[in-house]
Amino acid sequence: MEIRVRDLGCARGGRAVIAHLSFDLASGEAIILRGPNGSGKTTLLRTLAGLQPPTAGDAGGMAAQAVYAGHADGVKSALSVAENLGFWAEVLGARAGAVEGAIGAFGLQGLRERPAGWLSAGQRRRLGLARLLVDPRPVWLLDEPTVSLDAAAVGTLEGVIARHLAAGGAAIIATHVAAGPAGARVIDLGAHAARPGQAPRGAFDEAVG
Amino acid sequence: MIALLRRDLRLALRSGGGFGLALGFFFILCVLVPLGVGPDGPTLGRIAPGVLWVGALLACLLSLDRIFALDAEDGALDLLATAPLPLEGVVIVKALAHWLTTGLPLVALAPVLGLMLNLPMAAQPWLVASLMVGTPALSVIGAFGAALTVGVRRGGLLLSLLVLPLYVPSLVFGAEVVRRAAGGLDPATPLLLGGAISAGAVAILPFAAAAALRINLR
Repeated sequence: MEIRVRDLGCARGGRAVIAHLSFDLASGEAIILRGPNGSGKTTLLRTLAGLQPPTAGDAGGMAAQAVYAGHADGVKSALSVAENLGFWAEVLGARAGAVEGAIGAFGLQGLRERPAGWLSAGQRRRLGLARLLVDPRPVWLLDEPTVSLDAAAVGTLEGVIARHLAAGGAAIIATHVAAGPAGARVIDLGAHAARPGQAPRGAFDEAVG
Repeated sequence: MIALLRRDLRLALRSGGGFGLALGFFFILCVLVPLGVGPDGPTLGRIAPGVLWVGALLACLLSLDRIFALDAEDGALDLLATAPLPLEGVVIVKALAHWLTTGLPLVALAPVLGLMLNLPMAAQPWLVASLMVGTPALSVIGAFGAALTVGVRRGGLLLSLLVLPLYVPSLVFGAEVVRRAAGGLDPATPLLLGGAISAGAVAILPFAAAAALRINLR
């Protein structure tokens, strides 16, 4: 697997935030996105995930192979931990046993039957991240994955990401903290910021302003 | 898709899912109308078709904003949109789940309330038939409206304004079925027209709703 992103531009709310971004992502590789608040990390990840079209360039078919984990975990409070994961496993077509593996990998064994509404923020986050392990798609797009995780859970997450990369997966991680697999490339989005006033081509709200 | 339907039904049945909301509203409305209008049998019988249909329609409207708003708030809609499911299929399944938890209980409860409103016995089967045929259109049109307003915080007013005009044909034909049956006329024509609206809505609107969702998710 090798995904080539070429000359990508993306916009948020009709304003271009990133322009002329190019990189390659191959199996086993990880990319760390850095940049100050508002530099377009989330916008870039949402564009790569296919949630919004790029304003320019080519995402190299990333959307078909990528699984997105954003700020919101998509966890249903009324469902138990196992039910939440089981639902995604069924929707995403996970292989048998993936749910148990995901529960074990993030240390959720004792919480299996607990409604997700009763989980702490960190436990909820771990449940949201466990969804990655029931998704067969190879590229993980992680937006601030360490938010509300304690040091031990961050270590767990790093281990999970390292195993994913070793198994031939890939990851693009937007993060402020130092966490990240060793040997990951760093892309500083500050260097790819769009010039102010640069109009995004073909944007939906181009006509209205 | 079946997993999504199962999850939505499970969520609706658990606490906070709003399963009883529409049913309770429908019931209370139909209990209050005789109290307000007075215990005059013929008058009640005459307004019963309209009251039952307006009640069903408003009850349906109550729970519409939950179709997509809850999933949008907790991020599940983003994940569903990027999951290997067609978004049109997600819309159909969510509309179906809404109908199963709202429309179908209304259909089941309607004959009891029809009795309370002194609806002639001859019209009872037609009341059930008209609701059975008409309520799927209410759920699908509602899903379309909910998809359009999913990005709007507290978009309930906007949703009602968008959806209610689209509900008018279903209301007119549905109530006409019951009125004709109560008056001893042939109710088949409005029933077929109501069915045509439902069939058309189910065929077309999931595509429109999916397009609206894609734009709102940007």
